[in-house]
Amino acid sequence: MSDRWFLLKRNLAEFWRVFRRNKPGMLGAFLLGTAVLLAVFAPLVATRDPRETVRDSSGRPLTFASPAVHAPLGTDDAGHDIWAQLAYGARISLLVGFFAGSLSMFVGSLLGILAGYFGGWIDSLLMRLTDILLVIPDIPLMLILVASVRQLNLGISPLVILVLVIGLLYWTSTARLIRSQVLTIKERQFVARARAIGAGHVHIITRHIIPQVMPLIVANTVLIISTAILVESGLAFLGLGDPTQPSWGTMINFAFSRNAITNGAWWFYLPPGLSIVWVSLGCVLLGNVLEEILNPRLTAHHLEGDEKMVSRAEVSGAEVSSAT
Amino acid sequence: MNRRDYIFRKFGLAVLTLAVVVVVDFYLFRVLPGDPVRAVIGRNVRISKESQDALRAQFGLDRPLHEQFIATIAQWAQGNFGISWSQRKPVGEILLSKLGNTLMLISLGQVFSIVLGVSLGLFAGWKRKTAIDIGLLSFSLVAWAIPTFWLGIILLAAGSTWLGLPTGGALSPENLGKPFWETLPDRLRHLILPTLTFTIVYLGEYMLIMRSSVLEVLSEDYILTAKAKGMSHWQVLRHHALKNAMLPIVTLIALNLGFTVAGAIYIETVFSYDGLGKLFQDALDKQDFPLLQGAFLLLAVAVIGANFLADLLYAYLDPRVKAA
Amino acid sequence: MFPLSTSTPQPLLRVRHLSTDFVSADGAVAHALEDVSFDVYPGEALGLVGESGCGKTTTMLSLLRLLPAGGRIVSGQVWYDGVDLLTLSEREMRRYRWKEMAMVFQSAMNALNPVYTIGHQIREAILLHEDVDRAAADRRVTELLDLVGIAASRKEQYPHQYSGGMRQRAMIAMALACRPRLLFADEPTTALDVMVQAQVLELLKKIQKELGLALVLVTHDLGVVAEACDTVAVMYGGKVVEYGPADRVYNAPQHPYTQRLLEAFPDLNRPGDSLASIPGYPPRLNALPPGCRFEPRCHKRLEVCAQVAPKLIDVSQFQEAGSRKEDEAISSFILRPSSYKHIAACHLCSGPEAVWL
Repeated sequence: MSDRWFLLKRNLAEFWRVFRRNKPGMLGAFLLGTAVLLAVFAPLVATRDPRETVRDSSGRPLTFASPAVHAPLGTDDAGHDIWAQLAYGARISLLVGFFAGSLSMFVGSLLGILAGYFGGWIDSLLMRLTDILLVIPDIPLMLILVASVRQLNLGISPLVILVLVIGLLYWTSTARLIRSQVLTIKERQFVARARAIGAGHVHIITRHIIPQVMPLIVANTVLIISTAILVESGLAFLGLGDPTQPSWGTMINFAFSRNAITNGAWWFYLPPGLSIVWVSLGCVLLGNVLEEILNPRLTAHHLEGDEKMVSRAEVSGAEVSSAT
Repeated sequence: MNRRDYIFRKFGLAVLTLAVVVVVDFYLFRVLPGDPVRAVIGRNVRISKESQDALRAQFGLDRPLHEQFIATIAQWAQGNFGISWSQRKPVGEILLSKLGNTLMLISLGQVFSIVLGVSLGLFAGWKRKTAIDIGLLSFSLVAWAIPTFWLGIILLAAGSTWLGLPTGGALSPENLGKPFWETLPDRLRHLILPTLTFTIVYLGEYMLIMRSSVLEVLSEDYILTAKAKGMSHWQVLRHHALKNAMLPIVTLIALNLGFTVAGAIYIETVFSYDGLGKLFQDALDKQDFPLLQGAFLLLAVAVIGANFLADLLYAYLDPRVKAA
Repeated sequence: MFPLSTSTPQPLLRVRHLSTDFVSADGAVAHALEDVSFDVYPGEALGLVGESGCGKTTTMLSLLRLLPAGGRIVSGQVWYDGVDLLTLSEREMRRYRWKEMAMVFQSAMNALNPVYTIGHQIREAILLHEDVDRAAADRRVTELLDLVGIAASRKEQYPHQYSGGMRQRAMIAMALACRPRLLFADEPTTALDVMVQAQVLELLKKIQKELGLALVLVTHDLGVVAEACDTVAVMYGGKVVEYGPADRVYNAPQHPYTQRLLEAFPDLNRPGDSLASIPGYPPRLNALPPGCRFEPRCHKRLEVCAQVAPKLIDVSQFQEAGSRKEDEAISSFILRPSSYKHIAACHLCSGPEAVWL
């Protein structure tokens, strides 16, 4: 057991060393990290409660106050502090995104592993299923599902509904990715050897396949989470979020439907959108970096480096023209 | 010979998917909550049980589900999609009237984003790792991370405030009902901001995919052969790289064509643009099931059709296509 | 093709002290080629032999200036027909490619674009360098395919519809499209099975004789060189270690590496012998030793070998008298001096230092 721990620690140190050198990756980690911190420390960072009505000196609600009037981000049409809404909204957006993304990854990975490992009819069935699912328009389907489940009044929080709907509809790309990876792993020797000594399917899957696929799963999770955050914001914008627990998307929905645009209250719709971009960008950068580290990409292509090919001292003054 | 088998196979898949969609579309709206009778009559009208049952019988809602299914399929096959509950007009008629607007928006947006995305992607891949490549990559990453609806809001606010562009709608109110060609300039003016939003959102995606495809193609040995033949970089790109790199784009474009009809929901909502997307959203709000059902079917058919076209196009572009 | 003259023949290609480095992304430098020199006369077939990584392909790519990104030609000259190719601009260099010097690549499946027909790709080469109309180019395509034994009806087929050997022959046809004077062939037979190998080799020889082409054959296969080449240059660790007429190098190899290579070649007449191999690994090109690069694996090494790099020595006059006759039996259509030098880079050889003009 201790050797494994040692190996893991060494791999992590190695990983960190490579990761640190990658600037986009570090930027991504920073973006995501700050957003998580904002969410975690929302009560400390926000100076007011988001449901509190800010009042001016004469006791009237301070509506649509610009940041110049009410720092740091002004107020909305009901006098609520926007910075507070943003901070607490981070919790909702990140949580829903995280859980929806994880659910999607879990389902996708499970199906991908099963399809890749067992092959045969399981594989065909899954492939047909993904083909069909890919073709059904996602947004309309989600809208219908979410709207109708909410109508059932089952007492499930709208946020949970969002997590379930998003998670259960976005597994296809993950499933395909994991499946093809499992297929390559299956070809490798040690699987055949394990079978030869009589290892059962579960054993092979848990001990051999999953550890090999894990890095890919981790890298992909971050990317899927960013998709989930974007999708959640979209659905929330269309009014399918929880108005009592607004995410950033819901905030934009409020801004839009309460005439922030016509009132010129850019501080109402700009910050939540920027926050979404902030987090999505962070996830994408991080995810891309992880993928690059784990699946290192190509070397240079044939049309690169022509300008430097002949670098003899005598020729440097002469016309060694550029590559066109 | 091989090509024909491939096309048949893809056609079969399209038909199968259509069948699944039809079944899903039907059962979705039967299983979903919401009493159709209630919706027709209106919520606050009191009505006796006998009248309710009579209405149910009239709509055929008391018959077993599978009988209803067959009856509905027969209707659909004849192009009868029922009457919209909120607009009291045939669903088919409503759908067709809005389809044109959405198609205009999507076609313009796609054309711009394809042309720009492909050329920029080609350029970025060629000039990998140079400043311009990094700049383009950053742009497309950010474009990916921006939520579509939020970009629309920003452009709407900026465009209407600073450039005097229309704040919404497909047409100025005074031009309603006038012949198409007469209102064209007005329509185009209303299309500027939505199309711009559309283009930016898809531009990033196409650029990334094209770049990645170009990188793969430029690493192939036949590029070296082309160079060895004495071709300049431009000639190599134009004659060898472009055709091979475009193959994945073709499938992507066609796939997107289908999805953007659905994705247009966001843009149309933000710009109050009178197309299918806005129609869908309104129908959802008003729980107009026949309209929703018809719209969903139309959207799904668009995606399936576009997909199949993509497969056809691919079969003709790639001489290596064989039946799997 | 080239003027048949009885005066002192001039080499078509003169490579002098060519050195090439590869610079990796993190700045590490690998010295892929060092001080490589050789001549190719019109109509001559030169074999560049050595194990993988010895620099033979890099040499070929350097001559045509087709190195991958990171490749840098750092010194030397490449004289083709009196012009130093390394002083040309990229635009000027393009005029030499394919028209004067063409290439046949190792894997035809990868070297041909899968979405264009074979006919199209050959035609493209013609139209690139010659001012003819499409119909004339088409006729030439048919001629070329005929030359390599492919039916004209196959012109409009795609690479994946050809067999492996056919593809290689199509590549040869394509290489001949602009009537080049020098043909480079990079392991033209390695990816093929034995029967087809023989066919392709025969074809190369036939074409070379019929068209009077000069040929540079890059390969690790000594058998191929013995079959098709007049001259051999043996490379090891980025340097030329032995160079001379094929029969002399084969019958009287001077460099221990060449000797081991020839020993490793199984002799069908002595089936009982064990297969010889050369123990050890080739040198790492970013950490080269100061002395002879073959020294760690050499079975005849001296102390000086590890410390001082051997120079190229002219060992021609120390051949037995018998080899002179074989010398004269070499094909007479090759215009080069009959007293062709045989040089080797080894401390064990004695003789005057080789002089490159």
